[in-house]
Amino acid sequence: MSLAIDAEIVLSSAVRLAAPLAFAALGEYVAERAGCLNISIEAMMLGAAFGSVAVASATGSATLGLLSGMVIGVVIALLHATASHRIQINTFVVGLVLNALVLGLTSYLIAASRFHGHQVAQLSIPVLRDLPVIGSALFVERWPVYLLLGLIPLTWWLVERSRWGLELRAVGEDPAAADVTGIRVNQRRRQAMLWCGALAGLGGAHLAVGEVGSFTQNMTAGRGYLVIAAVIFGAWRLGRTLLGCALFGLADASRLALPALGVTLNSQLLAAAPYLLALLAMVLFVAKTREPRALAQPFVPDRTG
Amino acid sequence: MTRGWTGLLTVLLATALSMLLALGLSAALMVVTGFSPISALNAIYTGSLSGDAALSSTLLYTAPLLLIAVGTCVGSRAGVFNIGQEGQVLIGALAGAWVGLRLALGGPLLAILVLVAAAIGGGAWAGLSALMHRWRGVNIVVSTLLMTFIAAQLIHFSVATPWFLQQSRGTKLIVPAQSNQLPDGALLDSIGHYPNLQLNTGLMIAVGLAVLTGVGLARTRWGFRLKLVGLSPGAALHSGIRIARVSGWTLVLSGAFSGLAGAVLLASPISTNRLQPGIAGGLGWDGLLVALVARSRPLLCVPVAFGFGVLRAGGSFLAATGVPFYLVDVVKSLMVLALIVPPVAAIHLHHRRDRRRPGGNAGLTALETSA
Repeated sequence: MSLAIDAEIVLSSAVRLAAPLAFAALGEYVAERAGCLNISIEAMMLGAAFGSVAVASATGSATLGLLSGMVIGVVIALLHATASHRIQINTFVVGLVLNALVLGLTSYLIAASRFHGHQVAQLSIPVLRDLPVIGSALFVERWPVYLLLGLIPLTWWLVERSRWGLELRAVGEDPAAADVTGIRVNQRRRQAMLWCGALAGLGGAHLAVGEVGSFTQNMTAGRGYLVIAAVIFGAWRLGRTLLGCALFGLADASRLALPALGVTLNSQLLAAAPYLLALLAMVLFVAKTREPRALAQPFVPDRTG
Repeated sequence: MTRGWTGLLTVLLATALSMLLALGLSAALMVVTGFSPISALNAIYTGSLSGDAALSSTLLYTAPLLLIAVGTCVGSRAGVFNIGQEGQVLIGALAGAWVGLRLALGGPLLAILVLVAAAIGGGAWAGLSALMHRWRGVNIVVSTLLMTFIAAQLIHFSVATPWFLQQSRGTKLIVPAQSNQLPDGALLDSIGHYPNLQLNTGLMIAVGLAVLTGVGLARTRWGFRLKLVGLSPGAALHSGIRIARVSGWTLVLSGAFSGLAGAVLLASPISTNRLQPGIAGGLGWDGLLVALVARSRPLLCVPVAFGFGVLRAGGSFLAATGVPFYLVDVVKSLMVLALIVPPVAAIHLHHRRDRRRPGGNAGLTALETSA
């Protein structure tokens, strides 16, 4: 009996910790399929988390906060996409500087201002919520979580079934060939980045106004990098990427819960586990056959020849 | 670039303008949040440049930044983009602390061993990424990035584990998560005696290595090989260079520089001379930015690292004016953007114009690799 309750607590905490990762992972997945290893996802999540709390505090509406978080994610994506896939500055350089900038800016602004906490409403689904163990973990959640139900199939359809997605994958695998067939490589990459910005923004905003209800300095604390690890762990497949997010959420939840349950498991090892798992996945499953072949390679259209 | 002086002049002008814009934006941010930019500037100057004590503190920050940046330059010269400096600094500090606390040696020998151990530690950590790349084709950028977070947890573990490096318990009930203080013999002192100024040994090492690396990259066979591997792997292959081996060892060397920086951090007066989880404090990321701004030229890293040192040291004086310390991070990032965007943007515009002319691409790719 008590074991079931413990499992229920850990599980529902895992779902709450995994949800922001899952939103952002849907974005990072699309960006990476287009060949953009987007490390400014940390900046997108952090900026959106701050913006959502600021707007929610100013307007009193957590939903508006959530939306403005998405907008901030898109703005950061637009900056990154313009700098890396229009004027061709190395994408990691841009990403690192954006991460430093957003971390500095949000830390400065939160220290210089004060916000009222706001949180989006909880939605609990009757009947299903009474299921043992998984009931309260899966069916009593802040409402944005249920957006995942629509966004996951949408992302899958966009990438695997739409013409846009086909072109996107072509751009990620062989930009030169895609270019020859008339696909505008850098335009597709910019679009993928914008999609990534919107979803990473949603993830960051959901973390702030969805799960926590306030903003603290460096709130995302490397969750963006965790998302990159999830996509790598998922070997650039959507299902496995989301599985990665769930696992990382579970690792995080057990790190918080296990000491209280009297289980001794090395907490540093659990915190490092996502990164170890991602590296292990790359080492074991010979990454080359799975990763988009043009991942992180800039494309300069050659119109001279 | 093809236009010679006018092109250069345009880039310089654009850079100057965007730096003004960066400063203007920072000032606007302060005004909006109700602080005075003038007093903030004054505080940064007081904390970093006015007088010997302030200058000493700036120079103490310059040393590790310079070491990290020079290591990054070596890597990017060979086309190896290492972004795991922060983790390599941490592992360097860990190795240095372990040697410094466990070996019962006195005098300068211990200090030297601490530095060597740190360099080996940082190099080995980067070497893991090199091995993963060579054997399994794991992307170097990804693995060095992920290894940073593993390194951070390793430090947490080492200073929270009594049999490893945690501070001796003594009579205290709660022991903080940090190591014991390094013995005096392991610390890096000022070279020479001045009334208030400190010219730390770490700074001497950093500047010396920067000069050595600068000359080595520009004038030796080793430097030429790295450049060849970085700019034209195909040509390097045909001239008999074993690319995998060269880039692997370059990554190790780059990590060794960061590891050395970790020991300098640990053993010089800017830290508490204890291994602490926050000891790198983002210096690894900053060192990477220094190398980017200096366009992978080790000698140019010296003034840039000094500039970053000014912001670090001056930032600690901001508290007196009530302005949050994080302001320096904003200023720093905006300045970096102001310095790296205009040249590439200018090339992009040239490139657009030159598209109809054949052969307009060669200069571009070369510059991009170094950027």
